[in-house]
Amino acid sequence: MIITGKVIKFGDNIDTDIIIPARYLNTFEPQELAKHCMESICQKFCEKVATNSILVAGKNFGCGSSREHAPLALKSAGVKCIIAGSFARIFFRNAINIGLPVVESQEVSQDTSENDELEIDLEKGTIENKTKNRKYKISPYPEFLKEIINSGGLVNYVKKRK
Amino acid sequence: MGLTITQKILSEHSGQKSVMPGSFIESKVDIALSNDITSGLAINQFLSIGKENVFDKNKVVIVLDHFTPNKDILSAQQCKFIREFALKQKLKYFFDGGNVGIEHALLPEQGIVQPGQVIIGADSHTCTYGALGAFSTGVGSTDLACVWATGKIWLKVPESMKFIYYGKRKKWVFGKDLILYTIGKIGVDGANYKTMEFTGETIRKLPMSERFTMCNMSIEAGAKNGIIEPDEITLNYIKKTVKSKKYKFYKSDKDAVYSNIIEIDVSNIEPQVSEPHLPSNAKPVGELSNIKIDQVVIGSCTNGWLDDLRISAKILKGKKIHKYVRTIIIPATPLIYHQALKEGLIDIFLKAGAIISPPTCGPCLGGHMGILAKGEKCVATTNRNFIGRMGHPESYVYLANPAVAAASAIKGRIASPEEI
Repeated sequence: MIITGKVIKFGDNIDTDIIIPARYLNTFEPQELAKHCMESICQKFCEKVATNSILVAGKNFGCGSSREHAPLALKSAGVKCIIAGSFARIFFRNAINIGLPVVESQEVSQDTSENDELEIDLEKGTIENKTKNRKYKISPYPEFLKEIINSGGLVNYVKKRK
Repeated sequence: MGLTITQKILSEHSGQKSVMPGSFIESKVDIALSNDITSGLAINQFLSIGKENVFDKNKVVIVLDHFTPNKDILSAQQCKFIREFALKQKLKYFFDGGNVGIEHALLPEQGIVQPGQVIIGADSHTCTYGALGAFSTGVGSTDLACVWATGKIWLKVPESMKFIYYGKRKKWVFGKDLILYTIGKIGVDGANYKTMEFTGETIRKLPMSERFTMCNMSIEAGAKNGIIEPDEITLNYIKKTVKSKKYKFYKSDKDAVYSNIIEIDVSNIEPQVSEPHLPSNAKPVGELSNIKIDQVVIGSCTNGWLDDLRISAKILKGKKIHKYVRTIIIPATPLIYHQALKEGLIDIFLKAGAIISPPTCGPCLGGHMGILAKGEKCVATTNRNFIGRMGHPESYVYLANPAVAAASAIKGRIASPEEI
């Protein structure tokens, strides 16, 4: 899968309460959740994602609660991929499980600026920053995770094995 | 090469002799937990798998504790949807209405979670039960739905970090202070993907409530699980809660391998307060005594135990809460509430001017029952002080132990219990 788009940049420790505040968790309708995604630190996030659909963040992205509403809200808002220096483990699992691509790379996280144009090739394991004219190698997912991703998420993976 | 307690539990549950950090395993699950926020999504995912029934109706636990008593129409709808599923599945452990307690205090109290188990919960604070010597960790709703369908979960075996606490604690220093101090040292991702194994002479003397508090907050350092080897104190607790004797005590081998070993002398640690907006912003209480506050919350899965209410009552007895500080006290379970009533703690709280809330997660996550306005500050015995966690994005949560929270309620500012 090849993902292209411009970047929205965030810092370290973007927690799940920032991604989707708990007060909105009285629904699990993805479109409703998307409306409030990131609202406490980024006004008009959804409008921004319409032009900049790749999130690049610092370390520990998605720390905090286990709410799957967080990756769901981001995905529903139109985010195509998240690159971060590191991810909190529950968020990482949740994103993989619902088919939202997440890539760990400290190098890309540090080098990339807001509005940079990226091309991410998940098969080949490469990221190209077209604005800065730089290329990066990303470490491939473990085989086991690849199976889940290639099945289209955990539900399909479990269905296949039934 | 020896194994840690976490490796031993995961080996047993994956049918292997010894599992090594970094390897992927499929583990049997003894208890699968969720709440009113995470169950709805899980039900949808479960149904899309095409299964009719959960793997074991005695092992799937649902507690409607976050937005209950229902805070608004949408949460009422959400709870109704879950309730119908729970009743259709004939779940043995479905907690609703007057049976609701905050899940991570309720499950140990009811003897549902036991030493040696693998417990998977769609709630990040599921790591609490490590205090019993169980492997327990939080996941999202899809992972949980797949556990409901299969009774199993895939896990990457974590590396373990060993935290050895020694020395005598100062008078008003509790498990809460030790864990805030520790997170302050290693940072909010200091244990990401790893196990935090708490041990040492100080831990061996800690009561169960404070062990739960420490394991509960291991997620605030990013840990997969927190764990404490069971001992006499665990046994005495378990004897009161668990009827069967099927539980199993595991211990780490002497030559078990750890990624880090961190020794902490507790004798110099003061009561800690974590400033907004990260639990790692821990400071000695004395450094923050000029911060005026608007609200105090004593409760949550971190510090809503009976011991926490007793500590708070010790400070509040015969005192009046500051006129402009709304003080909300939340016993974590109906049983704790009842016991607090019998011991006269509720009487002390009411006379001091506190608000008593039914068991709920409520304000901890900014749900209901004590939301902060713009600019307001709160001292809370809860676990997170993220931006907007308890209300307005420009409100401020200071994490502390129950004695500091109670003292602050009286003084109207962050205060040490020594000042009362």
